[in-house]
Amino acid sequence: MALRIGCAAEPGRAQNNKTGSWRVFMPVVDMEKCTLCGTCILICPETSVSEKDGNILFDLDFCKGCGVCARECPGDAITMIQEEK
Amino acid sequence: MLQIMEGSHAVAEAAKLCRPEVVSAYPITPQTHIVERLAEMVADGELDAEYMCVESELSALSVCLGASATGSRVYSATSSQGLMLMAEVVFNVAGMRQPIVMSIVNRALGAPLSIWNDQQDSISLRDSGWFQLYGEDVQEMTDQHFIAYKAAEQHDVLLPGFVCFDGFILSHTYEPVDIPTQEEIDAFLPPYVPYNKLDAKAPLSMGMYATPDYYMEFRYETDQAMKRAGDAISAAGREFGEMFGRDYSAHTESYRMDDADVAFVALGSICGTVKDAIDEMRADGIKAGLVKIRTFRPFPAEEIAQALAGVPKVAVLEKNISVGSAMKGAVGPEVKDAVTGTGIDVYSYVIGLGGRDIRKKDIRAVAALAEKGVGNMFYGLRTEVL
Repeated sequence: MALRIGCAAEPGRAQNNKTGSWRVFMPVVDMEKCTLCGTCILICPETSVSEKDGNILFDLDFCKGCGVCARECPGDAITMIQEEK
Repeated sequence: MLQIMEGSHAVAEAAKLCRPEVVSAYPITPQTHIVERLAEMVADGELDAEYMCVESELSALSVCLGASATGSRVYSATSSQGLMLMAEVVFNVAGMRQPIVMSIVNRALGAPLSIWNDQQDSISLRDSGWFQLYGEDVQEMTDQHFIAYKAAEQHDVLLPGFVCFDGFILSHTYEPVDIPTQEEIDAFLPPYVPYNKLDAKAPLSMGMYATPDYYMEFRYETDQAMKRAGDAISAAGREFGEMFGRDYSAHTESYRMDDADVAFVALGSICGTVKDAIDEMRADGIKAGLVKIRTFRPFPAEEIAQALAGVPKVAVLEKNISVGSAMKGAVGPEVKDAVTGTGIDVYSYVIGLGGRDIRKKDIRAVAALAEKGVGNMFYGLRTEVL
C-alpha cells in the first residue's frame, strides 16, 4: 500500500481489520425468548447482528463483544458468555 | 496606501482579503479584536464566509479541520490557553495535511495566569507540523498571512501554518500599514484548489488508523513536506516582494551584522528594540548585530549559520522557557546546532516572560554577559522577591 497524503482512505477499508479478535465475551441468543423485535440489529455499533430465516446471527469477525445487544434486549434473550479460544 | 491601523484590525483585513470560506474561533485576550472584526465583516456582508460560533477552542479548530477537509479555505486565530485547548486538533490538522492558517497572538501560559506577552504558546507547539512565521511589526505580520496561505496550499506542501505576533505589543498597537487591495491579493493568492476533499459522491476518510507498520512513514512524510514548506514560503515571499515591494524571500533578516563581535538572535517585536539598542551600541564602539528569525518552523539552520559565520558570541533572546533544559530557552539549542563545529559560542537568555518589559539597556546588558561567556540563564530576575 502506498502512503496517501493525510492518511486518506476510501470506504470499506475497516472491513480488512477484523476486530472480532479483540473479543472476550461472545453474545448467545436464546431463540425461545427472542421475539425478533430487531433491537439488537439496530443497536449494534459494529452492525454485526443480522436476522435470517427467523434466526439472529452474529458476525463474529467483527463483534467486539461489547454486550450492548444483551443489555438492550427487551426480552433478555441474549447472554454474554466467556469465549474459549 | 498607508493607513493607521490597530494590529488586530490589520490582521482581520488581511484575513478577509484572503477570502476564507469558513472562519471559526473562540474569543480570548489578546486575540479578541481580530475575531470580533471578522464577525462584523461577515454580519455586514463585507466578507462572504461562514462564521461559526462555538463553545471552546477545541471546537473551533475541530470545525476548521472539518471545513478544510471539505475543500474550503479556513481561518482561525487564538492565544495562549486557547491554543493549549486546541492542541489535540493542532496535531491532527497537520497529520491530515489541511492547509489552515491561524493567527497566534502570543501570550504567556498559566499558571500563574497571565494575559501578557511572551511566546510560550506557539513555541510549545513547535513539533506539531504547522509552519511558524513570526512578525516584527504590524506590516510584517499582516503580509505574512498572505504568504502563509500561498505556501500552505501548494500541493507539495499541504501543511497548516501559524502566523505569530506578540500580544498587545503588536496586536493592540496602531501603526501605519499598507493594506493591499482585493484585486491585488486575488492576483497573488488564487482560489484554494484542494488536493482531496470530503465529497458524498466520492467518499473518503482522512487521518485513518495507522498500524506500527505505517505510522512512522506518515510522520516522515510530514517532515519532508515541512522541508518543502520552507521553499514555498521563500518563493511566496519573493513573489510578494515583486508585487508589493516588501520582500520576504529570506527566513531571517540580518541587521548590522558586518564585522559583528556579538550577535543577537530573536523573534518578533523585540527585534525593534534590539535594532535601536544596536545603533546605540555601535555608536559607542560595541560591534553588535541582529539575526531576526522570521520562519521558526521549518527551522532555517543553513541561513542562520551563514548569517552568524565569523561572529564569536551569539545571544539568543528567548521569550519562552523549556523548563528543565540545559540552555533554558527552546530556540538556543537549535541555533547552537546550526553553528556546531564552528567554535561560535551560543547562549540563551530567557527574557521578558509574562509581559516583563525589555528595554534597550537590557539588550546591552545581555550583550555584556555574552561577551563574558555568561549565559543559559534567566535575565532580569527580581532577586528581592525570590
